[in-house]
Amino acid sequence: MTKIGVFVCWCGSNIAATVDVDAVSEAIKAAPGVVFATNYQYMCSEGGQAAIRSAVAEHGLTGVVVCSCSPRMHEATFRKAAAGAGVNPYMVEIANIREQCSWIHKDKAEATAKAIALARAAVAKLNLDRPLTAPETPVTKRALVIGGGIAGIQTALDVADAGYEVDVVEKSPTIGGKMAMLDKTFPTLDCAACILTPKMVDAAAHEKITLYTYSEVEKVSGFVGNFTVDIKKRARSVSVDRCTGCGVCSEKCPSKRAKSEFDQGLRERSAIYIPFAQAIPNVPVIDRDTCLKFQTGKCGLCEKVCPSHAVDYSQEDEVITKQYGAIVAATGFKPIGLERFDEYAYSRSPDVVTSLEFERLCNAAGPTKGHLVRPSDGKEPKTVVFVQCVGSREASGIGAMKGKPYCSKICCMYTAKHAMLLREKYPDSEAYVFYIDVRTPGKNFDEFYRRAAEEYGVHYIKGMVGKVCDEGNGRLTVRASDLIENRQLLIDADMVVLAAAVEPDPSARALATLLTASMDTNDFFTEAHPKLRPVESPTAGVFLSGMCQGPKDIPDTVAQAGAAAAKVIGLLSKDRLVGNPCVASCDETLCNGCSACERVCPYGAISYETKTVVDRGAKDERRVASVNEALCQGCGACTVTCPSGAMDLRGFTGRQIMAEVDAICR
Amino acid sequence: MRVDNDDILRSSGTDVRKCMKCGKCSGACPSFDEMDFPPHIFVSMVERGDAAALLSSKSLWTCMSCFACVERCPRGVEPANVIEAVRASAMSPQGANRMRPEDVPVFLGAAGECLVPQQLLASAFRKYSR
Repeated sequence: MTKIGVFVCWCGSNIAATVDVDAVSEAIKAAPGVVFATNYQYMCSEGGQAAIRSAVAEHGLTGVVVCSCSPRMHEATFRKAAAGAGVNPYMVEIANIREQCSWIHKDKAEATAKAIALARAAVAKLNLDRPLTAPETPVTKRALVIGGGIAGIQTALDVADAGYEVDVVEKSPTIGGKMAMLDKTFPTLDCAACILTPKMVDAAAHEKITLYTYSEVEKVSGFVGNFTVDIKKRARSVSVDRCTGCGVCSEKCPSKRAKSEFDQGLRERSAIYIPFAQAIPNVPVIDRDTCLKFQTGKCGLCEKVCPSHAVDYSQEDEVITKQYGAIVAATGFKPIGLERFDEYAYSRSPDVVTSLEFERLCNAAGPTKGHLVRPSDGKEPKTVVFVQCVGSREASGIGAMKGKPYCSKICCMYTAKHAMLLREKYPDSEAYVFYIDVRTPGKNFDEFYRRAAEEYGVHYIKGMVGKVCDEGNGRLTVRASDLIENRQLLIDADMVVLAAAVEPDPSARALATLLTASMDTNDFFTEAHPKLRPVESPTAGVFLSGMCQGPKDIPDTVAQAGAAAAKVIGLLSKDRLVGNPCVASCDETLCNGCSACERVCPYGAISYETKTVVDRGAKDERRVASVNEALCQGCGACTVTCPSGAMDLRGFTGRQIMAEVDAICR
Repeated sequence: MRVDNDDILRSSGTDVRKCMKCGKCSGACPSFDEMDFPPHIFVSMVERGDAAALLSSKSLWTCMSCFACVERCPRGVEPANVIEAVRASAMSPQGANRMRPEDVPVFLGAAGECLVPQQLLASAFRKYSR
C-alpha cells in the first residue's frame, strides 16, 4: 500500500484566494492511503521542496501528491524533489488546482469542493501507480543536415565548430541553395555571393563536415540519439577525386539545349555542367536525360577531352548507410509556379518574370552577365512594374486559392531592393511597385523601403494589378488600381516583375514521412512549440532550420540555423539520453494480432512478431504487438485504438484513469 | 427605397469581411471609369452596412457582370456578386409589390376560378420582397 503525502500549494493568492487550502488539506486526509497532508505558500520554492523531503523522512512516504499549478509547469520540479528524498519520481502526481480550478472559478465554496475532488482523483491514481525507471540510451555523436542552402550550411558549420561530425545531404549538384542565385541582399545591398561563397568554402574545407551533393535521403529508421539513415548518392558520371574543374567538358559538350536550373531557365546549359562558377564541389555532373551518350550511345566527347580522365559513364547510384544522433531538416523553399495566374500574362510574355528570374537578370554571374535587359529582345527596360503578393495571402473562393494563404514575408523587402537596383542601373527608368501592404518588420528594414521611395524615387502605389496584356509589339499594358487616389491606371511597361509566393520545397513532404515529423496544411514543418520550441520538431531528435519551417529572410534563417545547431549540440554533448518510461506496453495474452495499433502509431514504434505466449498455463504461438520503447512517445493512440484492451500506457493505465474518474464522480 | 444590409450579405452568398482591401477588383474592372463607386469601395460600403447609399449609384448599372473581379479576387469575396445582390435589391424594393394579397379576389370569378393567367399573379408577387 502506497503511503501518500498530499501538499496543497497556495501559489501566493493565485490559489489561496479562491480555494480554501486548509479545507483541502484537511479533507484529503480521509482519502485512502493518505498518511500526511499539509499546505504551504509556495510549494515550488526551496521551503516547499524541503517540506516534501522532511515529510518523506518523517512519515516514510512512498508517494507524493502536489495540488498546485499545471504539471506542464512544475511536474519536473516535484519529481526531482521527490527523487532527492528517495521517492520514485513516477510516484508523484500533480492535481492541477490552479489553471483548472482557482483561475477559472469565482465562488470559493465551489472551487474548494472541486479542488478536493481533483486531489482525490490524484490520490486514487497514485494508489495504482508503480515505480518506473526511465530507460537510458547511448547517443551517436554525429549530425545529419538535410539541405545545403544557407540554413543547412550555417547549422552544419555551427555544429562542426563545436567539435561534432556533420554530414550535409544536398539533392542538387552543388551546395549554396537559393541564396547563391541572389544578386544583392537587403537591407545592406551587399552581394549575396560575396557573403555566401566563403561559407560554402568553409563548409567544404571543414574537417568535421562531409558533403553529399547530388544525393538524397532514402530511408530513416531509429530514434533520437540513434538514427540510421540511407543516403543515395546519385551517379555524377564524373569522378569527384579526379576532376579538376577545368570546364573543358562543358565547353565541348555538343548537347546544349537543357534549361539551366540555376539560371531559372533563362539560359541553356550543356548536358555535362557545373551549375555556377563558384559551385561546391566544383565538379560537373552529367544530366543523363539530355546527354547524347546516354540517350543515343553516340558521342562520348567529354570523356575524350577530359585531361584528367574523370568522366565515367559507368558510375552507378550508390547507397551509404550511416548512424546519426540528430537530424536537421533544412530543405528550404521555392517560388510557386505562376502558370495559373493568367491575368499577369506570365506564361505568354517572356518579359513578365518572377522576382527570382529578375534576380538572375541583375546578377553579374547570370545569363546576361548583370546587364539587365528584357528576355524577349535584349533591350534595356525603361518602365518596370513590380507586383507584390502574387499568390500570397489568398483565401478560398472562386478565383482564389491559386496561391497560398500566408504572407511570404520576404517579397516586400526584395521588391524594394529590385526597384532600387533598376533605378541605380538606369536612372532614367520608372519603377512602379503595387502593394497591398508594405510589411517591413526587421532591423533597418523600414528605413530601406523608405529609401527606395524617397531617395531612389520608386513609385509606390497602394493597389493591385488586375491585368497585364502582352500587346505583341514588345509592349505590356498594365491595368491597375490606385486606391489612395481612387483611380485606375494604365501603364505602358517594358517589363513586369511578379513577387511570387514562396512554398516549401516539394522534397519536404516525402522527407517528413521518412522522419515522422509533422507538417502544417501548407507543408511547412511544424515546430514543437510555436514560441518556446521554434527549432525543434515534435519528433525527438529532429530539428528545423530555415524556410522549411516557414517563410524567412536570410537574417532570420541564419539565426534559426544557429539555434537549431545549439539544440543539436546540446543533444550530442550528452553521452546517454534519459527516455520516458511512460510508454505503451502490450498484454500479449489479450492481443489478438489485428495490427490496428501498428497503423495508428505516428512514431513507427509498434511492430508485430510471432512468439510463444503463455496464457492461463497453456503455451500458444501467436502474432502479437511489440512496442519499441525507445521510439514510443507515450501518446496513447494505440491504447484507445486497441479493440481488445491489450495496449496500456505505463503510468496512465486504463485502471488508473478510471480510478481518477471514479474519485471525481463519487 | 429601403434596403436590408443583412439581406444583401445573405443573397450575395459571399463573405465581404474576407476583403483585405488590395484593390485587385478595381485594377481589373473594365467599367472603372464609368463607376461612381468602383468595386473595392462598393464592397467596403456593403461591409460597413451602408448598402442603402448604393441603391441609387451609377455603379449598379455600369457593372457589366463580366466577373473579372470574381475571377481575380485573391480572397474569394466575389465583388460582382455583391453588386448583383444590391442590384437585385434595388429592383425589388421592400413593400413595392404591384399587388397585395387582398387584391387577389378581384381576379377571381364567382366560383373562385382565376380569371387571369395564374402566371400573372405569381409574377406580380415574386419579384418584390415582403
